[in-house]
Amino acid sequence: MTDTSTSIRMSAGTRIYLYVSLSLVAALVLVPLVATALGGFKSLGELRVNPFGLPREWHWSNYLDILFGDRYWRQMVNSLFIAVMTVFLTVVASAMAAFTLAHVKFFGANQLLNYFLIGLMFPAATAILPLFIRIRDLGLLDTYWGVILPQVAFGLGMSILLFRNYFRNLPEELFQAAFVDGCGYIRFFWHISLPLSRPIIATVSIISFVNSWNSYIVPLIMLNSETKYPWPLGIMVYRGEFGTQWQLVLAFITLTILPTIIVFFLAQKHIIAGLTAGAVKG
Amino acid sequence: MTHATATMTAPSAVPTAKTRYKSPTVRGRLPVLILFLPPALLLFTLFVILPMGEAAWYSLYRWNGYGSPEHFIGLRNFQVLFNNAAFSTALINNGLIILASLLLQIPLAIWLATMLAHKIKGAVTFRLIFFLPYVLADVAAGLIWRFVYDGDYGLFAAIAGFFGVATPYVLADKNLAIYAVLAVIIWKYFGFHMMLFIAGLQAVDKNVLEAAEIDGARGWQKFRYVTLPLLGSTVRISVFFAIIGSLQLFDLIMPLTGGGPLNATQTMVTFLYTYGVMRMQVGLGSAVGVVLFVICVTLAFGYKRIFMRHD
Repeated sequence: MTDTSTSIRMSAGTRIYLYVSLSLVAALVLVPLVATALGGFKSLGELRVNPFGLPREWHWSNYLDILFGDRYWRQMVNSLFIAVMTVFLTVVASAMAAFTLAHVKFFGANQLLNYFLIGLMFPAATAILPLFIRIRDLGLLDTYWGVILPQVAFGLGMSILLFRNYFRNLPEELFQAAFVDGCGYIRFFWHISLPLSRPIIATVSIISFVNSWNSYIVPLIMLNSETKYPWPLGIMVYRGEFGTQWQLVLAFITLTILPTIIVFFLAQKHIIAGLTAGAVKG
Repeated sequence: MTHATATMTAPSAVPTAKTRYKSPTVRGRLPVLILFLPPALLLFTLFVILPMGEAAWYSLYRWNGYGSPEHFIGLRNFQVLFNNAAFSTALINNGLIILASLLLQIPLAIWLATMLAHKIKGAVTFRLIFFLPYVLADVAAGLIWRFVYDGDYGLFAAIAGFFGVATPYVLADKNLAIYAVLAVIIWKYFGFHMMLFIAGLQAVDKNVLEAAEIDGARGWQKFRYVTLPLLGSTVRISVFFAIIGSLQLFDLIMPLTGGGPLNATQTMVTFLYTYGVMRMQVGLGSAVGVVLFVICVTLAFGYKRIFMRHD
């Protein structure tokens, strides 16, 4: 009722004001991105005189050289491997711990939850030097695991909180019925809790995947050899190498953010819900 | 959303309603405790809690990271830190980022959220576009803006050329660089805050707004005296994330300026990286970590106590 009345009352002036303002902000968001993608098709000389417009001549070679080299793909595979392992371990470890904290009564359960919640209070950067020394002493420096394990550990606080709140909101009758039938905790977790938890598994997975895919400081400190670099590190190296040849750097940037943009538009509803829900609940 | 924030404030509520099925809990409790808790507990202790404790310990030593810390120097690292001009700049910059977020980013986010609350065509598309920078990696966003600001090939060069003025090299100017960085931060994160406010607006009771309209409240009045007070809890969450985001800002700075020129755009974390990690001054770097930790924990507790009491 209110909605229809306001939309009827909205004058042409208001409408124009809305569209002009929104389009202006949208342009500010999109122009740098579009200029980057188009810049990858230009020659350096054209970039100097015409950074905004369409390329006069489309230089596909900038993009094709990157796509047919192994550098780009290696970085993508590295990032993907690190992200998939991070998501898998985060979901497994936090779902199991959260299940215990939500359903099993034991001495110190609340204290243990609060212990995990300490992890929400400070960023990984805070302890990055001791973390580096620990990883070095464990012999994990310059390995994927040296990146994955700290990332998982710093994601646990939030994931356990999300899982625990979800598990506790599942209907209690399920437990009573299952336990009367002689079902143990572990079978209950596997056959009842997890299958019912798909939405929260998706949320936790999205948060930890995006965090890992975009993460920079942990791999920067833990990895030395370029063959193991995930793309945010690789892109910085690439920029260091081809610093003045912006057309190549722009093509490389475009190709590295392309997967993110495609996935974002395909799964926008889930990604927006996941990222904001995780943030608010944290 | 509101439900989510409510659960946040009381994560450790005692399970009173769920104590009924007592008998089956005794059986099979041990296996689940032994199997399910250790992975998370071990990882968390080893890679989060112990390093934090070690940071406090290392911060009392002069140590290059090899062998074991032996050269005890008390609180000298902290003394060095607070007398360091670059660290002061870093603290001021972290404050500036929070200020810019409060004065520009959050108002912008609220403005956009209220505009998108109107039933207009294309609202969903606009929302997507505004959220897009948030999902991009900070490193990529930083590099894109490095191109935008580039005085020779970038968009700024073209704009300056169009107006016939000398090309500004904003990122190389020690007075301008930090403002250029602030603009990128707002570009990157306003969409996230806007989403929080869109969710907050959806929870605002339409009847209250209608009542205000009947009482004669018009556009701005309606917003100022009805909508904004009802968004209170969202504003607090948004401010909280702006502060946390400022304190851990690193990825965006590195591709843009790397903390330069002349340390003009250092933040606490870039300072930690430049002076602690790059020069392997474990003691000094750990001291920065401790300062950061103390600020984070104080904020988390203080903020919750002062502002989130009523949520």
